Amino acid sequence: MKRVYVNEQWCLGCRLCEYHCAFANSKESDMVKALKNKRIAPNIRVESKGNINFAVSCRHCEDPLCVRGCITGALQKIDGLITVDKERCIHCYTCIVCCPYGAIAPSDDGAIQKCELCIKNNNGTPACVRGCINQAIVYEER
Amino acid sequence: MNYIYPEYEVVRNHSRCITCRACENQCANNVHSYVECENRMESNDDACVNCHRCVTICPTRALKIAKTDHVFRENANWTGKTINEIYKQAQSGGVLLSSMGNPENYPVYFDKILINASQVTNPSIDPLREPMETRVFLGSKSHDIVRDAAGKIVTETTPQLDLSIPVMFSAMSYGSISYNAHESLAKAAQKLGIYYNTGEGGLHEDFYKYSKNTIVQVASGRFGVHKDYLTAAAAIEIKMGQGAKPGIGGHLPGTKIIGDVSRTRMIPEGSDAISPAPHHDIYSIEDLRQLVFSLKEATDYKKPVIVKIAAVHNVTAIASGVVRSGADMIAIDGFRGGTGAAPTKIRDNVGIPIELALASVDKRLRDEGIRDKVSLIVGGSIRSSSDIVKAIALGADCVYIGSAALIAMGCHLCRNCQSGKCNWGIATQMPELVKRLNPAIAYQRLVNLISAWRHEIKEMMGGMGINSIESLKGNRLMLRGVGLNEKELSILGIYHAGE
Repeated sequence: MKRVYVNEQWCLGCRLCEYHCAFANSKESDMVKALKNKRIAPNIRVESKGNINFAVSCRHCEDPLCVRGCITGALQKIDGLITVDKERCIHCYTCIVCCPYGAIAPSDDGAIQKCELCIKNNNGTPACVRGCINQAIVYEER
Repeated sequence: MNYIYPEYEVVRNHSRCITCRACENQCANNVHSYVECENRMESNDDACVNCHRCVTICPTRALKIAKTDHVFRENANWTGKTINEIYKQAQSGGVLLSSMGNPENYPVYFDKILINASQVTNPSIDPLREPMETRVFLGSKSHDIVRDAAGKIVTETTPQLDLSIPVMFSAMSYGSISYNAHESLAKAAQKLGIYYNTGEGGLHEDFYKYSKNTIVQVASGRFGVHKDYLTAAAAIEIKMGQGAKPGIGGHLPGTKIIGDVSRTRMIPEGSDAISPAPHHDIYSIEDLRQLVFSLKEATDYKKPVIVKIAAVHNVTAIASGVVRSGADMIAIDGFRGGTGAAPTKIRDNVGIPIELALASVDKRLRDEGIRDKVSLIVGGSIRSSSDIVKAIALGADCVYIGSAALIAMGCHLCRNCQSGKCNWGIATQMPELVKRLNPAIAYQRLVNLISAWRHEIKEMMGGMGINSIESLKGNRLMLRGVGLNEKELSILGIYHAGE
């Protein structure tokens, strides 16, 4: 299955992926309208220390702990992709505690949010990949 | 007190700025900063070098750079540029330094030459339907047909370079440009079936795998020259001069001689890499001949030797001498050639245009009956496929491109290479900047550029009814001048348009 991978060697820590992610999931068609004066809550986050930068998003694990921990079936693995059914999420946040990558977070409406490879927002390829200025984030089969 | 008002201003459209701070994060000159209490970005124009990194990456197109409208009192003699240069030198007491090629307003002869096309009586050729040859061989061509004792023709030639298209990446040293820039050039040369040139900084051990497409340089500093370096290469270039700074040497500051650069150059870390102005063992054509043959001897006569000279006033006589030194190729670098750092006044005032140098050298060598003995490579601001076609028609066998290749990789010609803080990861050794140039991207952009040029060259050749680049070589009847005087036309060896 194609996944989002990050090559640390090329990640510049510019954080543009975070903004492209937030924009892609904003339901707005203009980036300025979507993000101006807003606190963004992207599903990909750049971890930085010194000169080392690394963008982290959901790994879509083979054996996902979040799905195992979900008590309502809100998180499901469908064709390798781990998706959220926000209607079924009861805000217990067990998944957030389970995820070893810190790739799940609560959203503004209380339900959890996570990277779903932009399949629900009609972006085609994941927005972080398309927006990466140094091809550090790639969407490929490995 | 700072007398100098910034030449460029960062213009930010605050209604579009989403304060993502990517501009701040990506500017090595610290132009941008975030004002937290106002949730607003600010810029310091003084530090801006106009490299467009921030403008290019801004996701909402909120930035642009504008030339300042702050002016001195108008004066046709004392321009703002001249006044500022005096301020700078009065402040620093130093030589003015600049990078990349001569930007001054001298004539560009390529822009005053037009290319012919076929109409009615001689058919043009469609390169998409018919074969069109752009392959060339560079090296000394045999003048006579030689037979062995059995009467069979001897087919062995002197060593030749085989190029799919007559374009090579010119010498840019590891040190002046980054590891990633070098890797991009090497990979692209391999993919395209052409050559790149190490420059005088030696060949990094990781790049020996590209050695079939590598020309190694031996310059006056002799940095990084050893037996394996010479034998690994496809050809060896002796650098006598450089178009951007004829007559002077080079100086790579010790701050850039770190780690791999120091090892590759074979000099201690932190020591200044000083290339003397002359080769201290070359004071005549005879001396040059000694070096040419030393290098040939060291490589078993299997590698062609190129001698690179800057286009200067006596370039024809010098080129004639170089042929007699036994070189297989002469590379001539025009006065617009690029550099990683040169004294401004030398870059802007020394040397001659490559078009004139090429035309006169080609003619002189033909007149002397020695044109076959060498291939002519020209560089010094070849900017497009049409420049290449014109250069070939003026008599070149091949062109070198340096600036165009860097621009393809992302260079925005801000001309601040000497600062070592290239925001595009090209002319820098700072690891956090070098990583900005991902060779996977840059190599593809180089391949795209040359492939696009190859299409255009074929179209232009087809239009002239020529199906092989060999038939275009020195074919000056395919060129006409516009707006040139008799003297210029006679040096270029072309007719005026309408003749």
